[in-house]
Amino acid sequence: MTLLRARGLTKHYPTEEGLLDRFLGNRQWVRALDGVDLEIREGETLALVGESGCGKSTLGRTLLRLEEPTAGSVYHRGDDLTSLSTAEMRARRADLQYVFQNPTSSLDPRHTVGELVGEALDVHGVARGRERDDRVRDLLETVGLRASHANRYPHEFSGGQRQRIGIARALAVDPELIVCDEPVSALDVSVQARILNLLADLQAEFGLAYLFIAHDLSVVEHVADRVAVMYLGELVEVGPTEAVFSPPYHPYTRALLSAIPEPDPLWEGDRIVLDGSVPSPVDPPPGCKFHTRCPVASEDCGEWESHPDLESVGGDHAIACPYYDRVESTFGGD
Amino acid sequence: MTREPTTERGRLRVRGFDADATTDVDWSPDRGGRTASRRARAWRRFSGNRTAVAGLVVVVALLVLAVFARPIEVAGVTVQPFALAPYAPATTDVAPASQPPSLAHPFGTDWAGRDVLSRVLYGGRYSLAIGVVAVALGVGVGVPLGAVAGYVGGWVDEAIMRLVDVLYAFPFLVLAIALVAVFGQGFWKLVLALVVVGWISYARLVRGEILRVKEEEYVLASRALGVPDRSILARHVVPNAIAPVVVQATLDVGTVVLSAAALGFLGLGLPPGTAEWGSMLSASRDTLMQGQWWVTVFPGLAIFLFVLSINLVGDGVRDAIDPQGDSRREAR
Repeated sequence: MTLLRARGLTKHYPTEEGLLDRFLGNRQWVRALDGVDLEIREGETLALVGESGCGKSTLGRTLLRLEEPTAGSVYHRGDDLTSLSTAEMRARRADLQYVFQNPTSSLDPRHTVGELVGEALDVHGVARGRERDDRVRDLLETVGLRASHANRYPHEFSGGQRQRIGIARALAVDPELIVCDEPVSALDVSVQARILNLLADLQAEFGLAYLFIAHDLSVVEHVADRVAVMYLGELVEVGPTEAVFSPPYHPYTRALLSAIPEPDPLWEGDRIVLDGSVPSPVDPPPGCKFHTRCPVASEDCGEWESHPDLESVGGDHAIACPYYDRVESTFGGD
Repeated sequence: MTREPTTERGRLRVRGFDADATTDVDWSPDRGGRTASRRARAWRRFSGNRTAVAGLVVVVALLVLAVFARPIEVAGVTVQPFALAPYAPATTDVAPASQPPSLAHPFGTDWAGRDVLSRVLYGGRYSLAIGVVAVALGVGVGVPLGAVAGYVGGWVDEAIMRLVDVLYAFPFLVLAIALVAVFGQGFWKLVLALVVVGWISYARLVRGEILRVKEEEYVLASRALGVPDRSILARHVVPNAIAPVVVQATLDVGTVVLSAAALGFLGLGLPPGTAEWGSMLSASRDTLMQGQWWVTVFPGLAIFLFVLSINLVGDGVRDAIDPQGDSRREAR
C-alpha cells in the first residue's frame, strides 16, 4: 500500500534577493528539485542517496511541506498535501514526522526534554495532565533514555542521546512515516550503529515507514528496503536494495557504489572516479544532467529535450538512462 | 562488480564489534529531581559577580532612600509613613540660605534655604521613575514592533525599519530637545520625549535577533510537529531572542537617567525648582562660581553613583545570561 506519493515535485529557490536584481528581472533560480516522482509504501524503509547538494534534504522537507513546493503534488490518504489549508496540514503532521540531521540545533535549548517531547502531545491533543507526563516517560524509555531525564535540558546530553530525544519527539504523535534526514551522520560511528538499531527496532514495533536520507551507502545497504538515487534534483534510479546494488546499474549509481570502502585489502575493484564537481543547480546541463561527468555518455546525451525518464528494467527497478547496458560492457560484470 | 553484502537487512551486526555493548546513554548515577532552570543558573552566575552585586546593592539602596524619603499619600491615605529626609524638598528657609554642610544640614542649603540632603534623597524619585518608566515604555513599543518586523518581513518590515532609520538619523539629545520644545515641560512629556527616541534601539535589536532565531532548526522542528505559528513565536522565538533586550534595557536605565538629567540641566526637563537631580544642577550652576560647591556636587554625585551602579548591574546581567557563559565556565 502506498503511503505517500509525490508527482512532479519541483522546488526552485531564487538566488539573490537583491532589490536591483529583482528590479532588472535578472533573478536566477536554484533548481533544487526538478520534477521528482516518488512513492513511499507502508512500513518500508526507502533510502534516498546522492551527493551533497543534490536536493535530498529539500525533497524530504518538501514532501512534508516544510518547504512549499514550486510545482507538483504530494498525495497522502488520497489528499493532495500541497492544497491543504495550514490548519489541515497541521493536523496531518501527526502522521508525518521528521527527524533532523543535527540533534543539537533541532532542540530548543530553553526547554526541558519533557517539555520538548510533550509539546507534540499538547498540539495534537494526544494526552493531557498525568496521562501526558506518563506518555512522555514511556517515550523516553522506548528510545532508550530514562524517564527521569524528562526534567533535564538538552545541553546535558551527548549527541547520541539528543538524537534519541529527537526520535522520541517524532514518535510522540504515533506517526505512519518518519523522514530521517541523515539521522546518524553527525554522530560517532559506534553511536551510529546504536541509533540505526533503535530505528530498526521501532520500525518493527510500530510498523513505521522511513524515508531515510543518507550519503553513506554502506549504511543504506543495511537499513533500506528500497533505494532511490538522486542527482541534481532528479531521481536517476529507484528499486529494491538488492537490485540497485547489483547490475544493471545507472552509471551514476555504479560510480557511487565503487566509492564504498571495501574492507578486504585484496579486493581489486575498479574504482570509477568522476571528474569535476556537481554542476551548478542554477544552470544545470541540458539533456541528461549527468552527461558532463558520465563515463559512458555519448554525443546525443546532452542534446535531449529533457532528462530521460525512469524506465523499468524489470519489476520494481527503474533506471533513468537509455544506455544503462553500456555500464556493464564498459566496466565488466565483476 | 558483485559486492558481498556484509549483513542481512535489519539490525546491524558487525563481526568483532558489538554495537549494543557500546554506550551513548549516560549511566552515571541519577541525580534525580529537576536540574536548575536557566534562570536559576543565570542568577547563580550573577550573584558570583562581585561588582555586579555591589552595583545592585547601590541601586536598591538609592531606590529605598527615594521611596522612604518622604511619606507617600494616596488619595489622602498615608501608605508610606516614613520620612528619612528631615525636610520636605520644597520647604524654603529651613535655615539661612547658602550654608555649607554642617551637622544640622549635612549637604548644606541652597539659595532659597532649602535642605540639599532632603532634595537629593527626594529627587531620586523623579530620576529613578523617569529611568524605569521611559525604558519600560520604550521596550513595550520597540519589542513588539521589532518582533513583527522580523517575523512577518516584507513591506511591514520595510515600513517599520525605515521609520527607525529616520529617527536614528537625528542626534538623540537634539531630537529629545525638539520634542520637549514642542510638547512643553512636565514629567509625562519628558518621559514621552525619551520614549520616542528610545524605542528604536530595541526595535532594531529585536528584529535582528528574531531574524536569527527564526532560521534556527528548532523552529523548523516545531513546525514539523504541527505547532501553530503563534505558539512558536511565544514559546521558541521570543524567549530565545529576548536576552540581549534585557541587557540593553538595564544599561539603558542609566543612559535615560543621564539624558533626563542633561535635559534638566538645559532647563528642558521638569519645571525649575523641582527636586530632580538634573534640574538641581541647572538651578545652582551659577552659585558654583561663588564657591558653593555643595549645591551641585551632591546631586551630581547621586547621578554618577546611580548610572555607574546600573551599568555594573547591566554588565553583570549580560555575563549571566550569555549563552556561551556555561561552556566557558565549564572549560575553566
